[in-house]
Amino acid sequence: MRNDQFLRRVLKPLVFASALTPAGYLVWAVFTGNLSANPLGDITNGTGDWALRFLCVTLGITPLRRVTGWNGSIKFRRMLGLFAFFYGSLHVLTYVILDRLAGLDLSETNASWMAARALVAAVSGDIYKRPFIAVGFTAFALMIPLAVTSTTGMIRRLGGRRWQALHRLIYVSCIAAALHYWWLVRADVRRPVAYGVVIAILLVFRLYWTRFHGKHTASRSAVPQAPLTAQLSQASRRNGRPVSSRGDLPTTTNPSAS
Amino acid sequence: MPIKPPADIRSSEITDKATFVNRRAFIQTAVGLFGLAALTGETSVTAQQPAPHGRKFDNLLKSTSSTSETPNTWQQITTYNNFYEFGLDKKDAATNARSLKTSPWSIAMEGEIARPAVWHLEDLLKGRTLEERIYRHRCVEGWSMVIPWVGFPLRDLIAQLQPTSKARFVEFTTLSDASQMPGVRASYLHWPYTEGLRLDEAMHPLTILAVGLYDEVLPNQDGAPIRLVVPWKYGFKSIKSIVRIRLVEQQPVGSWQREAPHEYGFYANVNPTVDHPRWSQAKEVRLPGLFRNRATQMFNGYGDQVAHLYAGMDLKRNF
Repeated sequence: MRNDQFLRRVLKPLVFASALTPAGYLVWAVFTGNLSANPLGDITNGTGDWALRFLCVTLGITPLRRVTGWNGSIKFRRMLGLFAFFYGSLHVLTYVILDRLAGLDLSETNASWMAARALVAAVSGDIYKRPFIAVGFTAFALMIPLAVTSTTGMIRRLGGRRWQALHRLIYVSCIAAALHYWWLVRADVRRPVAYGVVIAILLVFRLYWTRFHGKHTASRSAVPQAPLTAQLSQASRRNGRPVSSRGDLPTTTNPSAS
Repeated sequence: MPIKPPADIRSSEITDKATFVNRRAFIQTAVGLFGLAALTGETSVTAQQPAPHGRKFDNLLKSTSSTSETPNTWQQITTYNNFYEFGLDKKDAATNARSLKTSPWSIAMEGEIARPAVWHLEDLLKGRTLEERIYRHRCVEGWSMVIPWVGFPLRDLIAQLQPTSKARFVEFTTLSDASQMPGVRASYLHWPYTEGLRLDEAMHPLTILAVGLYDEVLPNQDGAPIRLVVPWKYGFKSIKSIVRIRLVEQQPVGSWQREAPHEYGFYANVNPTVDHPRWSQAKEVRLPGLFRNRATQMFNGYGDQVAHLYAGMDLKRNF
């Protein structure tokens, strides 16, 4: 099996399956009674934790690629980013449905649009009143355009440079997510601070890299660009499609970005 | 016999080094992700082991103050605890409190009382009629349980202590022993944990000192061997593993009040109309529920008995 085949047929499914295990675990634990005495709390915290973890992992791909020179890592970035969005969505849905919707007194509402309006009021009121929810909601909302434009078609339509600029929103999303966590704990800030430190390192790395290995020094960069280009041309030969349609282009055109 | 390379491998089929090195890196990442997945255990690996069963109490009086709501199970009450001296996670106390030494146990009775002294727990309990009191328990975090405590009214003890005319408040202190309590070694709260009540709150017939749960000796994670239970206040007021009771003139400062005075007031009465600055207190999730759909009641549903204590007070200010 060739390298790219191994990646597509074995590693990607493997990473995909492992990224799904936390969700699978939660579903299993809910139905077998293996959560704590507070399943609502476990689901809320569990999905939130995993959204933040996948945000961090996604943010770590580019530094990993720079440091190791392993360009194949870029092929996991979209999937991992979408998993961050997946867990973020579960987290928000848990809050909206099990927390807000469940708490509504719907005895007076005789139409579903009234219930929907009451739900919107309950959620937006909460966002307005509570900064930690506003910040968390921002972290999630900023991921929506990134998820929407994650397809190869959208990358092509936007153009690599604009796509890349848009996708820098993940930096804001990460910071907002860590702040959201830090803001809700009662006494111990060690875990949110740990996430904050990880995110800070991954962001500072980018500044450092742009400063010292930016565009002008790209030729002297420690990262060999050849293997990925080679893989891409190989792939495009096989698929009979131009390289740019594979959606990997934005990451290779400008080594100083992302 | 010499080992010869098989002749049918063409050089084009030999995996080049860059490829298999990459493959290793791929596998390491995949394994890393699996490891990450295994960390879900951080939220909860499998259901926590409940507390072992202890000595049973005989001849418990059934209190008329008990709620008729169905109590939570032994498993739930002994595996989901906020007991920061044993760690921050709700399940930490079930694991780490096992080593807590609850016998011998003594309590220092201090302050504005006739004869300050250190009492042994056995002496304190001697000749006392214990009651089963099934109370609602509302945590400031927004969840609630129903708990069948075993205990006796705090007022009986305070009467025995003969407070002086200066006594206006009662201050309670939890054991703070770093050798037994891993959480005490960390500094996320000010140790020892302290809490306080106004004397009339402490003398209220609903206020009890609990020494048992479900007809049995109180499990360590629930505040053994003796704890306070004030059912109309948020759970953090019901201080655990008490080693000192002091009657004082000045209003004491509780640990949470000290940590975040704008979030945790001295009174901490359950009140659906006064939100925690960071979250609403209007609804609660009754464990082990999936929905936050239960309306929180004023004074946790004990308003008929306790509202008079706060007559004329602005409860938004005195939260």
